[in-house]
Formats: sequence, C-alpha cells, structure tokens
Amino acid sequence: MGRKVLLIEDEPNIIEAIRFLLTREAWEVETHSDGTDAVEVIRASQPDLVILDVMLPGKSGMDILRDLREVPELAKLPVLMLTARGQVRDREEAEKAGVSRFMTKPFSNKEVLMAVRDLHAQATQS
Amino acid sequence: MTSVNLLILVCIGYVALLFGVAFMADRMAARGRSTWLRSPLIYTLSLSIYCTAWTFYGAVGYAARSGLEYITIYLGPTLVMIGWWWGLRKLVRIGRSQRVTSIADLISSRYGKSTFLAICVTLLAVISITPYIALQLQSITLSFETFFAADPGSGYSSGSSVFWVASGLAVFAILFGTRNLDANERHHGVVTAIALEAVVKLVALLAVGIFVVWGLSGGVSQTMARIDASEIGAWQVDAGRWTTITFLAAAAFVCLPRMFQVMVVENDDERHLRTAAWAFPTYLLLMSLFVVPIAAVGLEIMPDGSNPDLFVLTLPLSQGQDGLAMLAFLGGFSSATSMVIVAAMALSTMVSNHIVMPIWLSSRGGGASQSGDVRKVVLLSRRLSIGAIMALGYFYYRLSGGGAALASIGLIAFAGIAQILPALVGGLFWRGATRTGALAGLVTGFVLWLYTSLLPGMGSMMSGDFLALGPFGISWLRPQALFGITGLDPMVHSVMWSLILNATAFTVASLLSFPSPLERLQGAQFVNVFDHSVGPRGWTGSVAQSEDLMIMSQRILGANQAQAMFQSEAKRQGADGHLPEPTPAFLERLERELSGSVGAATAHAMVGQIVGGSSVSVEDLLAVADESAQMLEYSSQLEIKSTELSHTAGQLREANDKLMQISHQKDAFLDQVSHELRTPMTSIRAFSEILRDTDGLEPSEKVRYATIINNEALRLTRLLDDLLDLSVLESGQVSLDIRGGILAEVLDHAVSSALSGEDAPLQVHRVTDSENVALLSDLDRLAQVFINLISNAQKYCDARDPAVQIDVHQQAGFLVIDFIDNGSGIAADTQAMVFEKFARVSTDKAGGAGLGLAVCREIMHRLGGDVRYLEGQAGGAFRVTLPSRQPNRQPSHRAAAAQ
Repeated sequence: MGRKVLLIEDEPNIIEAIRFLLTREAWEVETHSDGTDAVEVIRASQPDLVILDVMLPGKSGMDILRDLREVPELAKLPVLMLTARGQVRDREEAEKAGVSRFMTKPFSNKEVLMAVRDLHAQATQS
Repeated sequence: MTSVNLLILVCIGYVALLFGVAFMADRMAARGRSTWLRSPLIYTLSLSIYCTAWTFYGAVGYAARSGLEYITIYLGPTLVMIGWWWGLRKLVRIGRSQRVTSIADLISSRYGKSTFLAICVTLLAVISITPYIALQLQSITLSFETFFAADPGSGYSSGSSVFWVASGLAVFAILFGTRNLDANERHHGVVTAIALEAVVKLVALLAVGIFVVWGLSGGVSQTMARIDASEIGAWQVDAGRWTTITFLAAAAFVCLPRMFQVMVVENDDERHLRTAAWAFPTYLLLMSLFVVPIAAVGLEIMPDGSNPDLFVLTLPLSQGQDGLAMLAFLGGFSSATSMVIVAAMALSTMVSNHIVMPIWLSSRGGGASQSGDVRKVVLLSRRLSIGAIMALGYFYYRLSGGGAALASIGLIAFAGIAQILPALVGGLFWRGATRTGALAGLVTGFVLWLYTSLLPGMGSMMSGDFLALGPFGISWLRPQALFGITGLDPMVHSVMWSLILNATAFTVASLLSFPSPLERLQGAQFVNVFDHSVGPRGWTGSVAQSEDLMIMSQRILGANQAQAMFQSEAKRQGADGHLPEPTPAFLERLERELSGSVGAATAHAMVGQIVGGSSVSVEDLLAVADESAQMLEYSSQLEIKSTELSHTAGQLREANDKLMQISHQKDAFLDQVSHELRTPMTSIRAFSEILRDTDGLEPSEKVRYATIINNEALRLTRLLDDLLDLSVLESGQVSLDIRGGILAEVLDHAVSSALSGEDAPLQVHRVTDSENVALLSDLDRLAQVFINLISNAQKYCDARDPAVQIDVHQQAGFLVIDFIDNGSGIAADTQAMVFEKFARVSTDKAGGAGLGLAVCREIMHRLGGDVRYLEGQAGGAFRVTLPSRQPNRQPSHRAAAAQ
C-alpha cells in the first residue's frame, strides 16, 4: 500500500512546509499549483490522499472537489481541504461538496499530520 | 326777510330729519318689520333721484330760454318706463341673479367678468358724472346766495360757501352710503330718506306752481294768456334736437350709475316695476306741470336780467312769501342732496370695487386671508372714494368758474353716460356680443364724446381756431363738424357721431371676435335669464322609466348598491316589486346618491335625460363639462402621484441593489483580507513549529526557514500598512504634506528605495534632463506611488533582462510620468482590474498582496492627478499624471478640506 499525497496549493512556502512535514513521515509528496487541470492531474497521479487549497488560480478548490466527486473512481478519495478564508459558510459548503476533512489556515503541523494519518487509516480499513 | 342763520338752521334740521328717517328705516329693516319700506311706492319715489337740482331749478330756466324743449328731459324716462319696462325687468332680474353691485359690475360680468372693461366703465362714469356733481354744487350755492343777497348783514363769501356745501354733502354721503359694514346689503335707510326727499321736491314745486298760478296770476285762464303772450309758446320745435334729447334722457335713465343703483341694486321685488311703470311717469308729469307757468310769470314780473334758473326761488321771495321760498329752497336742496348721495355711493362702489380693491389685493400678493380685514378696507376705500369724487366735483366747479358754463353740462353728462348703452343693451339681448366688441364700442364712443362734446364745452381753454378750423387746420376734424358735416346742432352732432360709431364698433368687433367660454356662459345667462333663472331645480311628477333609472344607477353605483337602494325605496313606497314609482322625492334622492359619484350637475343631467321632463340646458352641459374637467384634473394629479411613487420605488430598488452590491463587495473584501493575512501566517506558523519541533536540522535549513519566516512577517507588515493607508485615503481623512521640490529628486529616492535589498537586477532608464521639473505636491506620497510602480516592474516583469523606462513630459497642462517595462505586459481583459483591491493578475510570482495599485490610485486622486494603465506599449506600462500649471490648487484644497 503506497503512501502518496497530492498537494494542490499555490503558495510556495506552504508547499515547502507541508512537503517537509510529510516527507519525514515517509509520504511521497507530489505538488500541483494550478486549479484549471487539477482533476486530470489527480486522476493521472492516483494519490492515496489529496490536500487541496481553496483559493487557487484558475479554478477554486470547491469546484475541484465537486468535480472530483463526480468521477466514480475518485468519489471516495480522501480530501483534506485547507483554506485561508475560514468562514462558517465555507466549511458548510465544503462538507456539502463531500470533503473528508476541513481545516483553516494557519494550522498547527501536528493537526495536519494527525488528519493525514486519520484519513489514511480510514481509507485503508474500508 | 329770512335770515341766513335761520336758513342754515333749517338745513341742519332737515338733514337731521333725513338721518332720523334713514336710521329708523334701517332699524325696522333689521327687525324685519319693513313691509311698507319695501312697497312699490318707496321704490317709485326713490327713482325720482332722476330729478336733480338741474331739473328742479333748471327746468324753469330751460323753458324760459328754449320753450317746450325741457319736456324731452321728462319724456325720455317716461317712454322707457312705459314702453320698455320689460327690458328694465330683465335688467333687474339679471342684477339679482348675478348679484350685481353697479353698472360697471354688470357690464364686466356680462363680458366674461372682464376687469379691464369694469375699469373703463368706471372711468367713463366718473368723468361724465363729475361735472354733473359740480352742477349740483352750483345750484345749492346759487340758492344760498339768493338768500344771502336778501340778507346783506350776513357777510357771506361765495367761494367758502361752495366749499362748505361740498364738504357737507361729502360727509352726508359717507354717513348715509357707508353706514353698513356689509357693502352688499341694500341701503333701506338711504332709499327711504330719498323717497322723503322726493316728496319734499314734489310738494315744493307744486306749492310754488299753485302760488304762481292762483296767487300771482289769478287763475288758470289768466296764466294761459300770459304764456301765450310770452315767447315760450312761440318757440320753434327743432325735430332733431327733440329726438336726440329724448333719446339721451331715455339712455341716461337706464345707464346713469345712480339710476342703476336705485332701480336695480336697491330693488327688492321686480314686481315693483309694474307700479313704477305708471307711477313714475305720473310723478314726472306733476314735476313738469307748473314749469311753463312759473317761467312765463317769472319772465313777465321779474326784473330784466334776473336768472330764470332761480325763478322757483326768487318769485316767492320777491312776493315776500318767505315760508314758500324756504320750502322751495328745501325742494332744491333735496334734489341736489339725493342725487349727490346716490351718485357718490354708486360711483364709490365702482371705484372701490374695480380700481382700489384690485390694486390693494394685488399689492398684498393676493393674500386676503382675513375677511374682517378686507371689509374694513372695502369700507375705507369707499369712504375715500366718496371724498375723492366730491373733491373732483368741487375742483371742477372752481376751475370751470361756475356760472353759465355749467348750464349745458347736464346734457353733456347724459351724452357721456349714454356711451354705455350699446354694450348694455347688446349684452342683454344679443348673445353674439363679445368683450372685444364692448370695449371697442365704449372706447370709440368715449373718445368721440370727449372730442365733440367735452372739448368744445371747455370754451375758455380752447383757441377759437381749433373749433373753427379743426386741429392743425384739418377741416374735416373740426370737433363740431366731423367729416365735413356742418349745419347740425353741436349737441345732435356729437350724440349722433359718438353713438353711431360706438354701436358700429361694438357690432363689428363683436362679429369679428370670438368669445371665451366664460363669456359664452355669461352671455347665455344674461340673454336667457328668464329661461333658467332662480327657482328650485326639483323634479315634478313626470312618468319616468324606473327600469332605465335602475340600469343607469347600476352602472354608476354598482349593481348591489343600486338594487339595495331601489328596493328600500320600493318598500318605503309600499310597492310590490323591487322597482319604486319615480316620485319626485325618489328622483331627488337618486340624484343625491348619484351626485356623490359623478357630481351634482352630471347627476342632474342624467336623471333629466331619462325622466325626459326637462331638456338639458346649456348651463347644465357647461356644469357637466366643469365637473369633468375637475375629475380629469384630479385623475391627472393621481397619475402624476403614481408616476412619482413608481419613480421613488425605482430609486429605492436601485439604492437597495447598490447596498447589496456594497455588502457583497465588503464580504469579498473581508474574504480577501482574511486570505491575504492567513497565508503568510500559515507559513510563519508552519516553519516556526518545524524549527521548534524538529531535531537535527541542518544549519543551512535553519537559516532558510528563518528567512522564510522573516519574509512572510515583512509581507504581513506591508499588507497591514497598505490596508491602513487605503482606509485612510478612501475615507478622505488623509492630511497631505504639500511641499515644493524637483521631480528628479523624488524619482531618485523612489528608485533607490524600490531596488534596495532586492537581488533581482532591474535596469532603470531615465532621461534626467526632462526630470528637472519643479513640483508642489505631497512628495512622500508621490514617491510612494513611484516606488510601488517600480517594485511592480521588478516583481512582475518577465523579461530575461528586466528593465523599466521612465519618461517625463508635459501634456495639456499636466505633468506626465510613464513607467514602461520590457515584459509581456498585462492582458487586455485584465488591465481594467489591476487597480481594484487584491487584483493580483499574475499568479506565477509570489509577492505583494493586490493593494498596491489601489493605494496608488487613491493617492494620485488626492493629489489632483491620476494613474492608469497605458495601452499599446511594448511591455507593462503605467502613466502617472499630475496637474502642472497650478500644482497646489487641487491638493491644497483637498488638504484643507481633509483637516
């Protein structure tokens, strides 16, 4: 069972921080920083987990999530959504769109790692 | 011999008696016990103010000079009363139904309530009557002088006696004529006093006549013999003068303001005219009965050169009949006073109503708010008018010098006042008569009368050549021989021309002009006054179609209400079905109900149509049109209101939309701010936790992460600075620091600031010569804008060797500074957005949040200039403009306003 994370995020420093954290936990980290072709990239990359930013150039994380859930083989893919907007209605919208876990920036590193572990554990059990 | 003192005492006593009578009559009228006051007898006697002192004294003089011609003065009114009483009845009916207050009011009312016409008639009347009043002053003065002459010890003065007579009459007229506060009321007191004076006149003249015939002459036959022997019987009758004077007297009888006052305004009951039609001619007959005998006897027994105008007085005096002379004096006094009082009353009403009050009201801006106020003013203006009219009479007397010049004034006054006749009679009987016609006739007649009668009458003031040769020697304009017609009696000539041309102008102008709607209505009401005048507009029991009434009512009231009303009425009548009988009571009720919906006139016309008992009159139709117009106006007002309402609703919707838009913008802005703040904070937190929690980090890694933390902290600071800056700039609370400086120095500072601490090499190309421009502005703010633009070029220029070119030049009063880099620029569709907040266009490069350009734009606006994207350049290009000619104007103004 592979441990591959696809990180879709446009902020270079945040990419670097998350890559650092997950690499140390033995994750293979792929990154992509544009929203437009995100769904195709996910399908092609076949990750075990997706970490998705909301405010992305080209296409918002919400739309990517909704489109993602339309694709049968990706419908159950764990998605951890990170947003810098963090209003209540964003969380509601994300849950409606089928998010697996929703976190607001800035996050604590521990929380992110815990979330990734939980999501992965759930995915492997089912 | 009667002493002057006694005479004056008698006069005062007589006046006091008149006051008493007038007072009692008013009291009785107020208590409603005035039946005899309203008798036809009083009415007939009040008409006798036609007989003035001119008639009382002057008729004898007239007969002594011109024989039987004096009869024409009595003949005219007699013919009118007997032959034209139906015309007078129409006049009286109109006067009552239209609530007319004077002849000027009547003419004005007939011709569309024209104010101008009323003023014309008023002026004509005042000018005509003034000499006539002077004549009365003269006769009273002469009669006084006759007694003074017989009482040498009195030491009288002619001039002062005229003045006292005039003042006395003025006070008399004011006290009598304006006692009542309500100017519309009839003057019962005055009319009764005048009736008493009429009796005194008649008795005095008859007494003198009887004394002359039976006392002096020795019986009827002897008197007849004396008459035959005198010149009077031998006078030739001039048919032209007879006809003319008879006609004039008749016209004056109808048109004189004082006659109109007693005949129309003071009339209580138009049936009185029937009595007056025979009684008044009888009175005139009695008045004229002894004129010729007195004249004949006077000519015979009085010394040569004695004034025949005073025979009535001097004959008894010469015979030692002091008591009779006193009675004759009182008769003459009565004639003069009654005429002056009523004439002054009538004229003052006209002057006050048509000249003084309109001026007063318009001077107050139409704000006659308090009716009590207006009443006082009306009364005051009438009193002043009476005073002014008496003063005019007095001055006319003084200026004309009195004497014989006044003798002919009576007829001249008649001729003047007769100019009203065409407009009056035409207005009563011809619906085609118009305001323009009346005006044309009046003015034409008035001018010709002035020219042919009044002008030659002022003999001493005219040069003889003027009369004999005409003005400027134009012979056909000679006042007494117009258009070359000579050989006519001057009086006949004047009356003929003035009245013929007056009537012609009246007719022609009426035919050529179109009456206004109000004129049409008034014309119809005047001409057809007997067809639809006062009287209740009730329905009589005609057979109406109840069903038709029902159908009509349903349309107007609605089916339910109409049926309910008809059924309740049927029940009340005890009828079997649901349709009631169309009794008058029901029809009136129906009309009332309908008028609530469609207006009274329309309801009346509709019911009238169905009942069929009455045709719809012009008046009804006009009233309907009036109502419709009001409804139209009301509905158009409603329409305007509804348009206004929907307009307001639209504005509210717009405002609401705008608010919603602003609210969305605010939400979006907050989202943006949140994102822009949280993003650097995320990096800071993540790397600081890594530094804290991770063991065994390479030193180079530690440095790298610390640098990231530091950069992101700086980014946060910049963002907060920009936010605060923008908020201050947008709220207008910024205080600018305006200083003088050189553009080159500001650019130096900006370039070095923007490039310090940055590794990336950005070439800055400048043309220093063009930058040597003096500035008066907030140099720090300007530098802030420049720094922002250069930093942007540094961050976003994607050329291999990034460079920015700074160009400076003047253009149309503005200093223009262009920043053009050699990158790929900004796509056309996003150029407009770059100045919006957080509109970061390029996503490839990290960097400042998108507030920089928004701040730049705010700053430049505050400085009176602008910054915008410059299209059509090789790379990204921004243009900054500053006002150059008066650089301090806008900024200092704004700075002052901001502080």
